[in-house]
Amino acid sequence: MPTRKGGYNVQQSNAYIIIFTAIMTVVVGGLLSLASQGLGPAQKKSIELDTKTQILASVMDREQLKKMKPNEILEMYNQRIASLVVDIKGEEIEKDEKGNDIVAEEVSILKNYKRDPADRQYPVFKYINENDPSKVEAYILPLYGAGLWDKIWGYVALQSDLNTIAGASFDHRAETPGLGARIGSAEIQNRFVGKEIYNPKGELVSVTMIKGEGNTGLDEHTVDGMSGATITARGLSDMLKKYLGYYESYFKKINSGSMAKL
Amino acid sequence: MSTDTLEQAQEQVIEKPKEELLSKRRKRLISDPLNEDNPITVQVLGICSALAVTVKLEPTLIMSIAVVFVIVFSNLIISLLRNLIPNRVRIIVQLAVIATLVTLVSEVLKAYNYEMYKVLGAFVGLIITNCIVMGRLEAFAMGNKPYDSILDGIGSGFGYAWIILTVAFFRELFGSGSLFDFKIFEAIGLANFPTNGLMVDSIGAFVVLGVLIWVQRSKTGYVEH
Repeated sequence: MPTRKGGYNVQQSNAYIIIFTAIMTVVVGGLLSLASQGLGPAQKKSIELDTKTQILASVMDREQLKKMKPNEILEMYNQRIASLVVDIKGEEIEKDEKGNDIVAEEVSILKNYKRDPADRQYPVFKYINENDPSKVEAYILPLYGAGLWDKIWGYVALQSDLNTIAGASFDHRAETPGLGARIGSAEIQNRFVGKEIYNPKGELVSVTMIKGEGNTGLDEHTVDGMSGATITARGLSDMLKKYLGYYESYFKKINSGSMAKL
Repeated sequence: MSTDTLEQAQEQVIEKPKEELLSKRRKRLISDPLNEDNPITVQVLGICSALAVTVKLEPTLIMSIAVVFVIVFSNLIISLLRNLIPNRVRIIVQLAVIATLVTLVSEVLKAYNYEMYKVLGAFVGLIITNCIVMGRLEAFAMGNKPYDSILDGIGSGFGYAWIILTVAFFRELFGSGSLFDFKIFEAIGLANFPTNGLMVDSIGAFVVLGVLIWVQRSKTGYVEH
């Protein structure tokens, strides 16, 4: 340790140390809060862009989305997506308990996940027809659940029959790379396309990802699994089934025509 | 202390300001950590992040830039403050400086490259605990002038960067068959080149790192005693 000038008198006193650390705390804290304030708007924008890209990715080609500029994605989102929030009974809700407006894009699925299913807010994103805005091409629903190591989430898109899956996009925090993390890849997500969530009797059976990979003779309610990622697959199936269940009353309302299809 | 050594010491003190901008000694500050005294392969520091972020080249590049930025600026700041920092709390002061810089990097990333922010997530935050940064502050910046400290930071930063970039190059090439997400094998007509799952796993990083250390040590002749 090199000895420094004055290193053994004033600088060793408690008063000096306290003053030094106090000044440092103020400077560092001030700097960080400035940065946080200054970067806040840009961060909000990139989170918004990320959410909207993910929602669009469940009904669109990912490669195509990747090539689009942020502005184009936002514009496309504004044109093609209409959103609303429903509760567990399928009723549209516009204001929260405090009377503030609810914006579907700003509903935190994570925060809602921690609440009782009956008290949650459930956003619905409707992918509307390019030419006829009264026609819904797909209903995009957010999902949230547990994988093997940490949370997994995503969006599933149902065709206007509310039965056939039009697309899905999943993401994860810490699934094993090369195994469970594959749920984030187009290869896995495309397996869900065309599968059906209701059986002929009209019961919600959802779509299950089965164990093992390379299975043949899959029916319309099962998708091929991921080798070495059984638990992640189970979490995925579980998440899908639970969330489709939460939205079931909303589906029924649409099917019975009591809710405008817009 | 005898008069002789004192005079010598004084001479050195007087001579120092005459030193060239990039004297031999200063060049060594940069070149040593790149090879003979590399933070990863020789000092074996910062292995954790070297394993964790090197699956693909793009996040590795961002991580490298982040570490170089943090190490250079924390070296500079600590070196400027070195005569003011109370000895008894110096580690906390160093940590606060590093943590501030890392938080800034993380916030900027969140604002302007959210995709990478999601990929690197915790690892950018973990630069705080990267022993390379802390090690340079304690071993070098606390006792050297700002300019030298910057050079030392650049050396160590790039010493870290080139190693993890090399590891990532081989891991992405053989693990995913791509470079910077560009499917290299498909482009040269080897569409069904088998990718190696081991390379995607952290084990792959150990293997590549091991080979790198082997090649390097057989060249420099460095032996651990």
